[in-house]
Amino acid sequence: MKRTTRNALCNLLLLAAGAALLLWVDRTFDRYVVQVLNLIAINTILALSLNLIYGFTGMFSLGHAGFMAVGAYVSSLLILPQAQKQTIYILKPLIWPLSVLQAPFFVAVLLGGLAAALFAILISVPVLRLGGDYLGIATLGFAEIIRVVANNIVPITNGALGLKGIPSYANLWWTYGWCALAVIFIARLVQSNTGNVLKAIRDDEVAAKAMGIDVFKYKVISFTVGGFFAGIGGALLASLLTTIDPKMFTFMLTFNVLMIVVAGGLGSITGSVLSGAVITVLLEWLRFVENPVTIGGFTIPGVPGMRMVVFSLALLCIILFRREGIMGMREWSWDMLFRGRTRGGEAR
Amino acid sequence: MSNGVVLETKNLTMRFGGLTAVQKFSACVEEGHIVGLIGPNGAGKTTCFNMITGFYVPTEGQVLFQGADITGLPPHKVCARGIARTFQNIRLFKNETVLQNVMIAGHVRQTSPWWGKAMGLPSAIREEQNLREYSLSLLDAVGLSQLAMEQADSLPYGAQRRLEIARALATNPRFLLLDEPAAGMNPQESEALMAFIRNIRDRFSLTILLIEHDMKVVMGVCEHIWVLDYGVCIAEGEPTAIRSNPKVIEAYLGEEAPVHA
Repeated sequence: MKRTTRNALCNLLLLAAGAALLLWVDRTFDRYVVQVLNLIAINTILALSLNLIYGFTGMFSLGHAGFMAVGAYVSSLLILPQAQKQTIYILKPLIWPLSVLQAPFFVAVLLGGLAAALFAILISVPVLRLGGDYLGIATLGFAEIIRVVANNIVPITNGALGLKGIPSYANLWWTYGWCALAVIFIARLVQSNTGNVLKAIRDDEVAAKAMGIDVFKYKVISFTVGGFFAGIGGALLASLLTTIDPKMFTFMLTFNVLMIVVAGGLGSITGSVLSGAVITVLLEWLRFVENPVTIGGFTIPGVPGMRMVVFSLALLCIILFRREGIMGMREWSWDMLFRGRTRGGEAR
Repeated sequence: MSNGVVLETKNLTMRFGGLTAVQKFSACVEEGHIVGLIGPNGAGKTTCFNMITGFYVPTEGQVLFQGADITGLPPHKVCARGIARTFQNIRLFKNETVLQNVMIAGHVRQTSPWWGKAMGLPSAIREEQNLREYSLSLLDAVGLSQLAMEQADSLPYGAQRRLEIARALATNPRFLLLDEPAAGMNPQESEALMAFIRNIRDRFSLTILLIEHDMKVVMGVCEHIWVLDYGVCIAEGEPTAIRSNPKVIEAYLGEEAPVHA
């Protein structure tokens, strides 16, 4: 069998197995487990989108919470029932076209992503002229601006009260469906020559220019695709949690995504998928350190926020001892699995 | 081989604040020739390269390529017109494979949209397959096909130099600028390099301009030479004429001490 056919077959089998697993999980486990599984999918989407921007194109962006906020607000406003809109907008009524607009969940999420992509294009024109740490600061500023604006344009975002009672359409099928889409699209993109071009910009911008690459154009493309999937992630998250407010989209949200990307390996798709699952589970599991613990007659009182201390320490350890993350820039592939048998066989 | 003028610079001048790096540099390069630009350290040779390839916008003067004015065009557009270059200190895409390095440069000749391959567009897939095969043939031409799947910065020094040239060739240039291709090579390697440069000139019907300090290489391979000193062109001509030009000797070795009896 040809290598490419075999890999395609394996991918299909993996997708089918994933779908079967979802069906089983959906029927057997309680809501808490399902919620964590949903979060894994969403965090994976977010991590992939940041990895495209930071890991593959080398643009240090800290604006993810901003894109997520845009996606979350746009899609929530489109799926909130009209009656619910009238109830929650207490201070000022929702302005006209938004108060009657409705869209199916898929369209709403898509539009959330597109709106975030539009924001990405708009800010990329001034901001992508900066490089390195300066870009990080500028994008961080952008995310903060989005949050402050959301806090203050009450007739659209309902200000600090936020949106409540968002229909919880987001189930395992939606989240994993979008997650699969994000993995497939971004993986295929970075494997194509366009992906090579992005990596070239990351490695050596001057040489990339000399080789005829319109560096600015490709930076905008990468930033926009990343922004799009961040918006999708935000939209799904809003429907999963059923309530959003500006306080949710602080730097901590970006930090969580950044942690997943760094832990998984900058420039590795499989690394991001892997660490998306591991870190989301750890974040939940580590809640026990915040509860009172009794060890041999001693009772240690629970400290809220303790798990973030543990996580920051973990991140420190990653940076000190394994800077390249779980996967580094490598990818896990079917070839690795089958290599044992075909050693010395076909050249890649 | 027709002898039209490929590249012409007219009074090219570059000032950085109070320092004039290059002053009124005018040159005509004829098609199919291998020509050299030499001069002591800091004479402004690389600055000339940077002005021709669009990295610097010249303070004054013009760059004409195949008759068209390309002064001030950004580097990627200059490259798309058909000018490729290598760098004095090798600048490969370190984390990528040898093949990827060449394919990245071939991107400038790709016409399918950036999302084509990701979305499974048949024409984009075909185009990329063709590019892949062409890149492999280029690597074969420079003798690197065995190393196609190695990471670029794991290559030995000489191979990295050749890869940089292969990468420049992948942009399908008419005019190639080589910035010190023989730097750090031993005599045998530079001998091989000279043959290699002539070989690619004939094979890809190129015009080549090179900066070089290794006089054996310059005199051996170039058909015409310009000499820069402190940004001013002090001599030009055939290698034999340059070798015996007193101004050139003075620039390289210093003025002869006046002898008093």
